Parts: sequence; C-alpha cells; structure tokens
Amino acid sequence: MAILDVGYMVELLPILLRYLPLTLQMAALGMVLALALACALAVVRVLRIPGLNGATLLFISFFRGTPLLVQLFLFYYGLPQIFSALTQINGITAAIMGLTLHFAAYMAESIRAAIVGVDRSQTEAALAIGMTRGQLMRRIVLPQATRVAVPTLMNYFIDMIKATSLAFTLGVTELMGATQKEAAGSFLYFEAFITVALLYWGIVELLAWLQRRLEARLNEAYQR
Amino acid sequence: MIRVQGLTKRFGDSLVLDAIDLEIQQGEIIVVIGPSGTGKSTLLRCLNFLERPDAGYLEVGELRLDTQKVSRREILALRRCTAFVFQNYALFANKTALENIAEGLIVVNRWPKAKAHARAREILERIGLADKADAYPASLSGGQQQRVGIGRAMAAQAEVILFDEPTSALDPEWVEEVLGLMKQLAAERQTMLVVSHEMGFARDVADRVIFMEGGRIVEQGPPARLFSEPRDPRTREFLRKVLAAQQAAVP
Ligand SMILES: Nc1ncnc2c1ncn2[C@@H]1O[C@H](COP(=O)(O)OP(=O)(O)O)[C@@H](O)[C@H]1O
Ligand SMILES: [Mg+2]
Repeated sequence: MAILDVGYMVELLPILLRYLPLTLQMAALGMVLALALACALAVVRVLRIPGLNGATLLFISFFRGTPLLVQLFLFYYGLPQIFSALTQINGITAAIMGLTLHFAAYMAESIRAAIVGVDRSQTEAALAIGMTRGQLMRRIVLPQATRVAVPTLMNYFIDMIKATSLAFTLGVTELMGATQKEAAGSFLYFEAFITVALLYWGIVELLAWLQRRLEARLNEAYQR
Repeated sequence: MIRVQGLTKRFGDSLVLDAIDLEIQQGEIIVVIGPSGTGKSTLLRCLNFLERPDAGYLEVGELRLDTQKVSRREILALRRCTAFVFQNYALFANKTALENIAEGLIVVNRWPKAKAHARAREILERIGLADKADAYPASLSGGQQQRVGIGRAMAAQAEVILFDEPTSALDPEWVEEVLGLMKQLAAERQTMLVVSHEMGFARDVADRVIFMEGGRIVEQGPPARLFSEPRDPRTREFLRKVLAAQQAAVP
C-alpha cells in the first residue's frame, strides 16, 4: 500500500481554492433565488390563492419527488432540444436554475409550516387592535416564523453548497470539477478527493458554527 | 355610547346570535353570564368583526354601520375604537411587555416610537408592572400576562373594552390581581363589556348583568336585583348551578 502523499495534498489545496469562489457564488445565488421563490410559494400556500395553489402544489411535488441530478440533466441537456432559444444555456446557469427550483420546493414547505405555526390568537389580537393584514404579517407573524424557519433554511443552504458539486456533471469546473481534472493528471485520486472532501467539510462546519450562533441570538430575545 | 341592533350570527345551520339588541352607556360596566356555547364570545367577537355577523347594525361612538355593507376601512375604524382582552392573553410572543402595549400606538395610531413607549411606561406603572417593561411574555406569570393584555387594551383608548373570560384560564392564585385591575378600570368609568363568571366581581362592579342563553339575552338588570330575584326560570337555574359550584370551590 502506498503512503499518503501529503506533499501533493499541500500543493493541491491552493489550486482547488481558486475554484472555491465559483462554488460559493453558485450556492449563494441559488440560495437567494430559492429563498425568494420559496417565500412566494409559501404565501400562495398559506393564503390558498385560487388557481395558483394547485400549480404550486404540483411544482413542489415534482421538485421534491425527483432527483436533483435528473433535474439538472433535464435543464442542461433536455430543455435545449425542446426550446431552441436555450441551446446557449451554459452549465453554470443550468446548475443555478436547478438548485434554485429544487431547493425552493423544499424551503417553501418549511416557510409555510413556520408561518402557519404562529399562534392564531396572536393574529386575532393584532387584528383586534386595528392592524391591517400586511402589518400583522410584517410585525407579528414573519418575525416569529423567521425564528422557527432559520435553522431549517440554514440546513438547506449547507445542503446546497454540497449539491453544487453536481454542476461538474454539466461540465462546470467548480471545486469538484477541478479536483477531478487534477486527479486525472496526477493519478493520486485518493489524495485529491480526500483534500476536496476536507475542504467541503471545513466550509460546512464553519456554517454550522454560524448557524448555532445565529439560533442562540434569535432565541435569546424570547427568554429575558 | 354603543348600540347593537338585530345582531345575528350563524355557524352553518346553527343560529348562534339571534337578533341581539343591546345598548351600552358611556362608562357603563356590563357583565355577561350564561352557559357555555351560548354565544357570549361570538357576541364580543362580532362587535369588532373578528367574526363577521350575518345581520345587524352597530353604533360605536361616531361610527354607525350596517354589518352587511361595511368596507375594510370601517372594519379597521371599528377595531380602533374597541379593544379586546382574550381569555388566553394572546400577547405578541416576539415583543416585550412594553412593546406589546406600545405596538398599537406605533403601528395603528402612527405615534412616534418614543411617545408610544412613554405612554406604555405610564400604563405599565398603572398595571403595577413597571419593573417588567423589558420582559417577554414567556417569562411572565399568567396573571402578569393578562395584566399586560389589559394594558394593551388600555393603550387603545377605546370606546369600550371587551373582555372574554379574562380570568378563566388563570391559576386561582392570579385571579385576584387581574380582577383588581379591572375594578380599578371600572372605578375610572372605562366602558366595559365583560364575559365572566366571577359572581363577586359582577356583584361589586357591574352596573348591569346580562344573562344569555341560546343566542339571546334572556334577562338583564342590576346585579343586586338579578342575583336575588331572577325572573326567568333559566336564569334561576343557571345562577343556582354557578353559585353552588363557586361555593364548593371556596374552602
Ligand atoms: N368558528 C366557529 N365555527 C363554528 N362554530 C363555532 C365557531 N365559534 C363558535 N362556534 C359555536 O357557536 C356556539 C357559541 O359559541 P361561543 O360564542 O364561543 O359560546 P360561549 O362563549 O357562550 O361559550 C357554540 O356552539 C360553538 O360551538
Ligand atoms: Mg366563550
């Protein structure tokens, strides 16, 4: 058995780090878009907006019911065959699109549950003092729903960072794609993939630590 | 002054309020009693449109409305000139005692924050919770939470405060402090419509007691008269049961 080539790993790390920004950009952009879409979907579900509600349910069901990889292939390889305008779609765009829709479907349900979970009597109390529905949402419901939803949403963000590695299957040279190329050149597959694994792990741990601090701060406000 | 005419409410097939007529003078304290499921809460909730009535007219202060032709604005106006105290307090969990009281002043009356907080502090002083200004509801006792609930209603400077069984969710040890605060408000001639089975409170404080059953006002009158010589057999029967239960509860 060969010994672990630590020297190679140390050389590889800075090379891989150059691709980290792309990975994080895809995750960050995907997260922002997914959050916006998820909020819209959740509002449709909470208010049961006629017409849209059924479509929303179908959307959520499809994107939660099929593998992300299948969705990505569908966007990147499948859609351009149907809509010729999409022939120019690049891997990064397709990946962000797929991540957005996939994670929005999951996040919509957590956001909806958090909104619905706010004690109904507080809603009545807010209406009774003369608040409008908008004021009620902004001042009473959403702050409390946020506190409930944040931990779950952070988990989805962490999942999304890991899921960006699938973009490599669309030919995007992000962290995973770069590792694959380097490994193919050096044949040190174990060293290469353990390095990238440690890198993902480190990022996720950092975020998990941030998540714990954020949660502690959000809860603190209710316990004084 | 408040005038209710023909106020009617159905849930599905059941008639929960059957054309209620009611007048309340400024400064009057009214206690509503009656068996559970009789429409007492529904009456209060129709008065501020937490439930939408199926028929009837309402007059509260300057407002006059046909409940079947109200606009959104009129509903907001009606809610602004009534205040509600809930059985389960219903405080805003994300706001401190002070913020709970100031919230309506800031959001609904559009007062500057500093002014609203100053007023909220005065009210906290009056309800005996000045030291709890920065406490969140979760850290307050039931009695303290309900006093904040009443404080929130006081801040609205409403024509009338509607109380829906304000002490019935409380542990017995906290009931007196809440009734005490309500007596204080009554002494200041705050108009109040109180659903409660605290007979002692009704006897000491109410100008008028209303007995409701089956969605109707069966009988009403000053507490001394209604309690000592109820005219309707249903009132008599109800009082007998309630008084027996309350006697049994007192050691
Ligand atoms: N939202 C509702 N939907 C259907 N029925 C209701 C609703 N609220 C109250 N009711 C019914 O209306 C009747 C009167 O209720 P309520 O006003 O709460 O009585 P009370 O306060 O006198 O106990 C009860 O039979 C109750 O079950
Ligand atoms: Mg009731």
